[in-house]
Amino acid sequence: MFKIIKNLTKKEILFIFLSIILIVCQVWLDLKIPDYMSEITKLVQTEGSKIEDIIFNGGIMILCSLGSLASAFIIGYLAAYVGTSFEKNLRKKVFTKVGSFSMEEIKNFSTSSLITRNTNDITQIKMFIVMGIQMLAKAPIMALMAIMKIAGKEWNFSLITIIGVAIIMILNLVIILIAIPKFKKIQKLTDNLNEITRENLKGIRVVRAYNAEDYSLKKFSKANNELTNTHLFTGKIMALMMPTMTAVMNGLSLAIYLVGASMINDAIGLDKLTIFSDMVVFTSYAIQVIMSFMMLTVLFIIYPRASVSMKRINEVLDTKPKIKYGTVNKNTNLKGIVEFKNVSFKYPDAENYILENINFKANKGETIAIIGSTGSGKSTLVNLIPRFYDATEGSILIDGVDIKDMEEKYLNDKLGYISQKAFLFKGTIKDNISFGTKNNKKIKKDFDTALDIAKASEFVNKLPKKMNSNIAQSGNNISGGQKQRISIARAIARKPEIYIFDDAFSALDYKTDYELRTNLNKYTKDSTKFIVSSRIGTIKDADQIIVLEEGKMVGIGKHKELLKTCKVYREIAESQLTKEEINNAWT
Amino acid sequence: MHGRRMNNQGTAKDFTGSLKKVFTFNKKLIPYIIIALVLSSLASVLAIMGPDKLKEITNLITEGLRSSIDLEAVKKVGIILIIFYTLSFIFNYIQGFIMAVVTNRFSKSMRNEIALKINKLPLSYFDKATVGDVLSRVTNDVDTISMTLNQSLGTLVSAITMFFGSLIMMFYTNVILAFTAVVSTIFGFALMIVIMKRSQKYFNAVQTGLGNINGHIEETFSGHNIVKVYNAREEMNNKFDQINEKLFRDGLKSQFYSGLMHPIMGFIGNFGYVLVCIIGSILTMKGIISFGVIVAFMIYIRLFTQPLTQFAQGLTNLQATAAASERVFEFLETEEMKKEKDFVKLKKENVKGNLTFEDVSFGYNKDKLIIKNFSAKVKSGQKIAIVGPTGAGKTTIVNLLMKFYDIDSGDIKIDNISTKKITRKNVHDLFTMVLQDTWVFNGSIKENIIYNQGNISDEKVQKVCKIVGLDHFIKTLPQGYDTLLSDTESLSAGQKQLLTIARSMINDTPFLIFDEATSNVDTRTEEIVSAAMDKLTKGKTSFIIAHRLSTIKNADLILVIKDGNIIEQGNHNELLKKNGFYAELYNSQFQTS
Repeated sequence: MFKIIKNLTKKEILFIFLSIILIVCQVWLDLKIPDYMSEITKLVQTEGSKIEDIIFNGGIMILCSLGSLASAFIIGYLAAYVGTSFEKNLRKKVFTKVGSFSMEEIKNFSTSSLITRNTNDITQIKMFIVMGIQMLAKAPIMALMAIMKIAGKEWNFSLITIIGVAIIMILNLVIILIAIPKFKKIQKLTDNLNEITRENLKGIRVVRAYNAEDYSLKKFSKANNELTNTHLFTGKIMALMMPTMTAVMNGLSLAIYLVGASMINDAIGLDKLTIFSDMVVFTSYAIQVIMSFMMLTVLFIIYPRASVSMKRINEVLDTKPKIKYGTVNKNTNLKGIVEFKNVSFKYPDAENYILENINFKANKGETIAIIGSTGSGKSTLVNLIPRFYDATEGSILIDGVDIKDMEEKYLNDKLGYISQKAFLFKGTIKDNISFGTKNNKKIKKDFDTALDIAKASEFVNKLPKKMNSNIAQSGNNISGGQKQRISIARAIARKPEIYIFDDAFSALDYKTDYELRTNLNKYTKDSTKFIVSSRIGTIKDADQIIVLEEGKMVGIGKHKELLKTCKVYREIAESQLTKEEINNAWT
Repeated sequence: MHGRRMNNQGTAKDFTGSLKKVFTFNKKLIPYIIIALVLSSLASVLAIMGPDKLKEITNLITEGLRSSIDLEAVKKVGIILIIFYTLSFIFNYIQGFIMAVVTNRFSKSMRNEIALKINKLPLSYFDKATVGDVLSRVTNDVDTISMTLNQSLGTLVSAITMFFGSLIMMFYTNVILAFTAVVSTIFGFALMIVIMKRSQKYFNAVQTGLGNINGHIEETFSGHNIVKVYNAREEMNNKFDQINEKLFRDGLKSQFYSGLMHPIMGFIGNFGYVLVCIIGSILTMKGIISFGVIVAFMIYIRLFTQPLTQFAQGLTNLQATAAASERVFEFLETEEMKKEKDFVKLKKENVKGNLTFEDVSFGYNKDKLIIKNFSAKVKSGQKIAIVGPTGAGKTTIVNLLMKFYDIDSGDIKIDNISTKKITRKNVHDLFTMVLQDTWVFNGSIKENIIYNQGNISDEKVQKVCKIVGLDHFIKTLPQGYDTLLSDTESLSAGQKQLLTIARSMINDTPFLIFDEATSNVDTRTEEIVSAAMDKLTKGKTSFIIAHRLSTIKNADLILVIKDGNIIEQGNHNELLKKNGFYAELYNSQFQTS
């Protein structure tokens, strides 16, 4: 609860105070109404009362009621404001926080979990706040004020009310103790059912190819049964709620009337009338008290969910990104030089190193290729340059400056990174190519050339709206190869000092791969290029080829030298090239 | 879509039609629903008669105010009331109980129907639909239907009974006061309808806004790397702010409007109450009615206005039910795969493994053929490679072989028997297929390898893992073959691929298909695996689709496909000699740039 309050702005807190004051007004007005009713009752029962008096009292009652409505309007607005504004701010906070995360934090949470935290969880809390402001404040105020009204009057009536409240409290307790844990279980079972369905849908071809429809259906039915049974259990308990509430309220009025009847009978003279009018209004008050306790039950049901959500959000907000940036933002007279000095890397908590003792220096305009088997650490090596992860030991220098000392923007502006799986954003093709450079005036925007170099202009120009054609979310409306070419154009448009192709060519067929590389060599001569690949053909002309084996550099040099000196490289080559081709290279 | 749960409060196109389908979906449940509804209205009738009895007590008391009260009579009425209230409680609870059972049975069978339906739909459906979409029908939509049914059906019926019951009782008790109550309520109800109309606009805007912001968040988080290294955080933040701000403004309004319902209903209640009190008192003083009538009316007013809120709520709920059920039934009514009958049964032991394509044409859309007049002869035991640029129709051929899709014209024959005459299940039995998309499910490694292939001994599992070179790795895991594969990803993409290959090796089939099956494995491991596979495929007919031409050099027959046609066929050396498209494709991997 405190954690929620902590995230409120001053204005929101002020609004909450205002609404509490208004709630007091509202409750006071609401409870005033039975007072006037009591007055009217007396007037009606007394000989010779004037009708004007009744109308006067009735008029005040309507005024009270209108006043209550007006305050409810304002409270409603204030609560809606606090809730939605809190939602907006918290959503922004989480979004910005995640933006500052490095890959390590992202991986710890998992992307899908972060998305749920930034969407569902926040909505969950908003719901609680909006309802909470209105009910959490109202219920005790209502109960308190109603009890105060009752307190001075007949103790018998109060006793009856207390019994009613006790029954409601027991009901609350039953729900809290039995139903709420089951609600949590339902959430888990629903996730499970979701997971099984997702699995079946994703693997639908495999399921069919193996004739495993019955197998998966059995799994589904089991999860479905479990979920249904738990639902049924809570459903049966929750079905008690409304009937019990009605019964308590009805029973309460009846009990008060029955007790009242005998009390009036025992009383003498004018007391009879007093008890009688007390009795009539008492019923109204007692019902208000019961109602306010019911409201609390509703809060008890939604609070655990909001609390879990808040905890999940705070986990995100309390995470400090491990990677901190430096302050260097001035160019030295060097350009495009990347140096790895004794770089080792392992994931935190992991035992084994993924990269060990990597040393090399890339000069301006050189092509550095990294090859090795799956899991040898190729991608990890290049991912250290944009600081997706930080090296555990050793240092990486660009143009003579340690990348840890660089400003984030300054470092990134030097880099053109292309991931193995092309990732495009919703918007036009142009939006995608100019991605991240909209506010950067230093870069001259030449999208046509970028598309040309990336071998993408041909298919882009065939589209009806050319560069202004729309890309769907995650680029789902174009093919994998096309996506990759646009993402390469995106990097070229930045005119970076250093290109990083993280296995970016594997989505392309050999021909396009070849043509693209030819273009790159022609047009981006001055940029240093890192190419991760498992295709020998893609990398054999590189200036330096780094061969990785289980995280260690087992060879560095040119294609021909490595064929002679490096066993691992030779094996890789042999698995892809014919003997003649290798022998040709020797000579 | 990542577990995104949005409110599906859309509006149904055909409101009554969808609801009708909901009620006729499971006819067995209808009698129970009727019992529940009858009980619910009985309980309401009892609740309505309550105030009348309370009136009697009040009258007995007022009559006795000046002398003494007939306590015996009060007691009698009191007992009747206690019986009323107890019965009403029991009826109400049984109603709630039955509805809970009914709606849960209902949603259970609906979910099962959907799961069954998934197996009956042609694969072409899943090419178009997203996983998230089907998923939200199974869970969100079914939940919405069962929740709203549970809440709204009982309440609606009791509300209707309550509404008309109290209306009748009020007019029966006193016409003038009844009019007073009705007029004041109509006034309030009109106000509510105006507000509901106004708020609809904002509700829709919030739904769209939520969709937009969730999409933006999903995109930004999924592309985190790119956003970061391209310095695009500011850009993404600005766009986020824009959507967030608009959502805030619409959200505030919709939240405000929806919050107004209750206070307005409260006011209507109070307003009616006051009017009844004033007019009632005047009437009492004039001696037209007894005081007990006012007491009764004070409760009637509550009983009369309460259903109105419930109507509003019940209708919104039913609206949501209709919208959700429309989506569910749209799915359930999607055209299924054609039923198969009069079929030849091929036993896999007896199949030789010859296969012919005869003039096969096929297109995912009727107007765009992917495969045109494709013909090829494959002999038993041959290794067939299919190569060609992306989008040429390589995977389509696999889809047709597996009978995932029906061909438009021509025929595919196994041992000279048309596959049109063989059931899909039978075809699947004859083929083993490994796909590029490695598919593993939540469960242990062993379960993943055995899958649905019956009782397989641990030795056999271990043997296939040894063949693909996974055995050593699996043994280093803390729980060995019982290690659970969950989201925490203990396997790399390459290892998963090896696992699916191991899975495919459990069973013997005359045909094998490898669709880019080793694309995530490095070339050296691939060599080991394909050597093992070669042993395994001996005597079997195998189809191999591969990006890396090195894997297919030793194929008996290479089919080069471009734009849906075979443009070249032959073995590696023959094709190279031809110096055509294949040669160009092959040489481009060694070209120096």
